[in-house]
Amino acid sequence: MIWVIAKRELFAMFLSPLAWVILAVIQILLGYMFLTNLDNFFLLQPQLMQLANTPGVTDVVITPLMQVAAIILLMIMPLLTMRSIAEEKRNRTLSLLISSPLSMSEIVLGKYLGLLLFVVILVSMLMLMPLSLYLGTSPDGGKLLSIYLGMLLLLGTFAAIGLYLSSLTENQTIAAISTFGVLLMLWIIDWIGGSLDGDHSILTYLSLLEHHQSMLEGVFNTSDIAYYLLLITAFLVLTIRQLDRERLL
Amino acid sequence: MISAIKIPGEFMTEALVQVENLSRYYQNNCAISHLSFSLKAGEVLGFLGPNGAGKSTTMQVISGNLAPSEGEVTIAGHDIIEAPREAKRNLGYLPEHPPVYRDACVDEYLGYCARLHRIPRARVPQAVDRVKQQCGLEQAGNRLIGNLSKGYQQRIGIAQAIIHDPPVVILDEPTVGLDPIQIREIRELIRSLGSERSVILSTHILSEVQATCDRVQIIRAGELIYNATTESLNQGHEHSVRIALRKDIDHEQLFAIDGVDHVDAIDAGRFRLFLAPGANPDALLAASVQQGWGLYELIPEQQSLEDLFIELTHTEEAARQ
Repeated sequence: MIWVIAKRELFAMFLSPLAWVILAVIQILLGYMFLTNLDNFFLLQPQLMQLANTPGVTDVVITPLMQVAAIILLMIMPLLTMRSIAEEKRNRTLSLLISSPLSMSEIVLGKYLGLLLFVVILVSMLMLMPLSLYLGTSPDGGKLLSIYLGMLLLLGTFAAIGLYLSSLTENQTIAAISTFGVLLMLWIIDWIGGSLDGDHSILTYLSLLEHHQSMLEGVFNTSDIAYYLLLITAFLVLTIRQLDRERLL
Repeated sequence: MISAIKIPGEFMTEALVQVENLSRYYQNNCAISHLSFSLKAGEVLGFLGPNGAGKSTTMQVISGNLAPSEGEVTIAGHDIIEAPREAKRNLGYLPEHPPVYRDACVDEYLGYCARLHRIPRARVPQAVDRVKQQCGLEQAGNRLIGNLSKGYQQRIGIAQAIIHDPPVVILDEPTVGLDPIQIREIRELIRSLGSERSVILSTHILSEVQATCDRVQIIRAGELIYNATTESLNQGHEHSVRIALRKDIDHEQLFAIDGVDHVDAIDAGRFRLFLAPGANPDALLAASVQQGWGLYELIPEQQSLEDLFIELTHTEEAARQ
């Protein structure tokens, strides 16, 4: 049942030009950056060779590329998640799902899985660029896998937060802007660490950037994975609670 | 096509829908209060009421879209709160606004609805074809729902509600936005649905209730104020005639006539006479001829649902003020 809803969600995204435009814009922007990074790598290669711990092509080209990708997607994911529940509320189609023999969790998980499938498509397309390096050189496969997983988890978290904020309102614009606000806040929350005294390890732990960075560098840390999975679970549970609560109002 | 469905025998005698002491509040605003009724298989129940009386709220609560503040709803023996999945499996619901995806085509949409109601993948095309035929959508299969007229969207909404052959169908104002021919078709569809299932129909078109329903319930300000079969509505009430006389006479004179129970003066020379059961206006005619009243109008009045509706919803309002 979850799968039926997920398929419909994914399908509906591709019915509007939005999904296509998003995929195209990201691919063009990052493709350009990938090529410039690659160019820089060729220029810097002689100097890099002299360093003791020589950074590879993955460190110089791919990690910075994915850092930029994460920031671009932070702005774009709210546009993808904004419609998932808000649109159904506005068009009053949510009652179709609610009157079907489905639990609220199945509905929410179905919606989330649909978003996740889109994320997989998106990240897989981005990963084609690093994979193309295999044509001329040998990038670090383990690191690429860690980057791929890191991107999936990051965007999966974006999607869960976006889904929750979409369930709070009928207005898609409000859903998009508030999602963007929450994501950006989580991204920059550790900035304060430098300017204030005292222990800011909690703020640093909360920061999305912090956890993303280590995965991009190929460090596969269980605490990072736990962080993402906790956030995803928390926001999915909140979404289910929100929809259940609305029946009581 | 409908006869293919088998409803388990126990449901035939038991109530398919059982609503007990149902109340629903929006914050402090009471939308429905202490509503109780039940519905057997093969019964079509018409839910009548002025705007804002609580019709849609009741339907939303029965279909599980809103949680009740108090009371219980059971559908085919399953509580909508305790066992929502089993209850909803036995239920088809058309909300006030048909829940259609404007960006899907009719076949896709109905196929999706069929899958949501757990119809096995192999039987989906068959189910879609059946409801398309029942709702007159054969020609619309490949059309985008957003491009179809309101009437067609309404029919898709009805098709969606019956795609899984539920024993209970709830239709919230199903004929809104349809043209007269479509209305007639939909009424026929509702009647054919009602031959084997329970149908709850909300409407404010009174003739629709008289045409399609076995039973009428009138709800006002969240309370059930009338509940009767349409059959009893069409007979069994007082018999009255309206008369007009050329000569202005005192209504005492009319009251003296045999078989007249009660006289209401409407205006000069016009009266409404309530006759005793079994009485006919012969004596009245004779009196008029004998005394030269100049009777020129004699109209038998039948109390219609409309009169009843206005009487019920109006008098109580007056009483409240």
